[in-house]
Amino acid sequence: MNDIHIQQDAEDAHDNAYAGLLSNDAHWAFGTDFEDPLAGVDTTIPDGLDAAELAQYCLMLGDDALVYAHRLSEWTSRAPDLEEDIAIANLALDLVGQARLLLARAAAADSSIVPVLPEGSPVPDEDRLAFFREAGDFRNVRLAETPNGDFAELVTRLLVLSTWRLAIFERLVGHPDAVVSAIAAKGVKELAYHRDFAGRWFVTLAGGTSESRRRLTDAMRAVWPLIPELGEGTDTERTVGVDPAAVALEVGVVLDQVLAVGGMTAPDVPGLARVRGRAGRQGMHSEALSRMLAEMQVVARAHPRGRW
Amino acid sequence: MTENQAEWPLYEVFIRSKRGLNHVHVGSLHAPDAELALRHARDVYTRRNEGVSIWVVPSADITASSPQEKDPLFAPSGDKVYRHPTFYDIPSNVPHM
Amino acid sequence: MQVDEAPLEKAFDATIGAGDRIEPRDWMPEKYRQTLIRQVAQHAHSEIIGMQPEGNWITRAPSLRRKAVLLAKVQDEAGHGLYLYSATETLGVSRDELTRRLIEGKQKYSSIFNYPTLTYADVGSIGWLVDGAAICNQVPLCRTSYGPYGRAMIRICKEESFHQRQGYELLMTMMRGTDEQRAMVQESVNRFWWPALMMFGPPDGDSPNTAQSMEWGIKRHTNDELRQRFVDMSVPQAEALGVTFPDPELQWNEERGSYDFGEPDWDEFWQVVKGNGPCNTQRIAHRKAAYDDGAWVREAALAFAAKARADEND
Ligand SMILES: [Fe+2]
Ligand SMILES: [Fe+2]
Repeated sequence: MNDIHIQQDAEDAHDNAYAGLLSNDAHWAFGTDFEDPLAGVDTTIPDGLDAAELAQYCLMLGDDALVYAHRLSEWTSRAPDLEEDIAIANLALDLVGQARLLLARAAAADSSIVPVLPEGSPVPDEDRLAFFREAGDFRNVRLAETPNGDFAELVTRLLVLSTWRLAIFERLVGHPDAVVSAIAAKGVKELAYHRDFAGRWFVTLAGGTSESRRRLTDAMRAVWPLIPELGEGTDTERTVGVDPAAVALEVGVVLDQVLAVGGMTAPDVPGLARVRGRAGRQGMHSEALSRMLAEMQVVARAHPRGRW
Repeated sequence: MTENQAEWPLYEVFIRSKRGLNHVHVGSLHAPDAELALRHARDVYTRRNEGVSIWVVPSADITASSPQEKDPLFAPSGDKVYRHPTFYDIPSNVPHM
Repeated sequence: MQVDEAPLEKAFDATIGAGDRIEPRDWMPEKYRQTLIRQVAQHAHSEIIGMQPEGNWITRAPSLRRKAVLLAKVQDEAGHGLYLYSATETLGVSRDELTRRLIEGKQKYSSIFNYPTLTYADVGSIGWLVDGAAICNQVPLCRTSYGPYGRAMIRICKEESFHQRQGYELLMTMMRGTDEQRAMVQESVNRFWWPALMMFGPPDGDSPNTAQSMEWGIKRHTNDELRQRFVDMSVPQAEALGVTFPDPELQWNEERGSYDFGEPDWDEFWQVVKGNGPCNTQRIAHRKAAYDDGAWVREAALAFAAKARADEND
């Protein structure tokens, strides 16, 4: 009898160890069952904020997240080990979550940007923006859309993108729009983790083997030309958001620090040219984006009245 | 069985899911060092739930008692956490271990 | 070293007989250990290979919510594989060794994952029918005689039940959508029904290891028992969903209190098991590529850790 009790207790304790973990966490498959992404949040636009500009700004930040999440999600079942596979999926999940909130916010702020679907279509606004816009309407930076390279490329690009995004989100926590501020507050924790993951792996690859160091050097040469674009802000960013130029210094310091610990030097490469002054934020993308979208949007577009 | 040089060592993971509870063994994972083991544990076993306390211990560093009085196959007995061959260093040039 | 194993075997049998668990440091018959390794490894491989058919649709998920759900689900499967490989480590076989046995074709995984996923509805069918069949197979394993395996299964089963609900909910939502979506669901269910039934393994008469595994408490029900349970569970679910199963012989048998159903195509089953399924080559090649491509990363991390240790000791 006693033994049975002890065993039962042990099993209860075992269950309890998980009990606390199995609640309230968006990273479990069953924790992603969110319905209206902005439910219960005050979506009135505060006085003095241009709604159309705010919508454009949310598109920029939302598209960066959506497009890079796509690249990260392509790593699923392809990572160097199971532990890394799970970690990368967590990164992608965070960014899909951010994209969903930001696109919903963009649509709520300015309904005129939302693609029109057949009468009675149940497709929610954030999905219309994600799945029914053309490449030229996407506002993400080009670094987010570049096709995946090897693990060194993942680490290097993630380091750069998460460092930038974190610096911007930290400032957006104080944004007058309650929705943007809430999204930023949640995002800061996530992005700090992303940067940490990337920084730690950057240093590991830098100090690992000659091959890992060579691959990291190649990755930096591929990523660095796309960095200047991140700092060239638009009027939209300057009026209703955070001017990326204002965080460039801080970002540079963080990157220098990581590079120094790894004993790496930044490649001396020029920034990728713009096309008649336009780059990602103005809808001028690389060839990779329309191909990515063809894949991302294929099912949704085949069913404009579909319910998922 | 041959050992691949590039396999990361095994760590045992202990989690306290909320204050007031003991850390409980939840499983194991591979990591090159303790720092990454902690990070892996957070991703794998908690999916980054905050407020969870995690311990990681190299499996090879755990001294285990023997559940049975007689433990004749390996001596000294009170050592490894698992009793099977992987956890005993075998030179990689020994074939078919 | 010669050891008299008779008293050890007696203690082992007594532990099993009392319904108690065998734990990693216990003595166990070599055949028990080998059978467990084979079963748990096969299960772990199934989780990992099982990431691919559904992972195939992550980049094409038709809504942001579905994308997140599917990403998290496939991620759970990686976790399941990881927990199960942890259980095999306690039996003295490393994950690395087992991964190599998998990609060299020396160990198997569930044949269901050698079928292709052709539409988004397949994500729903897999959740409902494949994860559902897996639950039928796996819930009894939470009480399996080997402690680490049983503990891994407790956690896995909790997540699998969410997977099944997720899949069913996707299909339910699609059934409330357009005619095309309803047709897509039915077509997908038609394709996955028979392979799902095959997941319980060959008929009992053709399953040579079952008896010994049941005696050892590694397995707790026969293939045919579990298959029947699955059919009985699924038919009312299909009715609620508004889909049919592609089996003209499927009908309620009042006397048995169960559904009668037709024979799966066992010839197809054995073809797929023997490596000739629609996706066997592709699945293994994908897994091998990930393993090979990651080798330099794993090596680099080890080298980095070794240098850090050396620095500490200086
Ligand atoms: Fe699973
Ligand atoms: Fe599952």
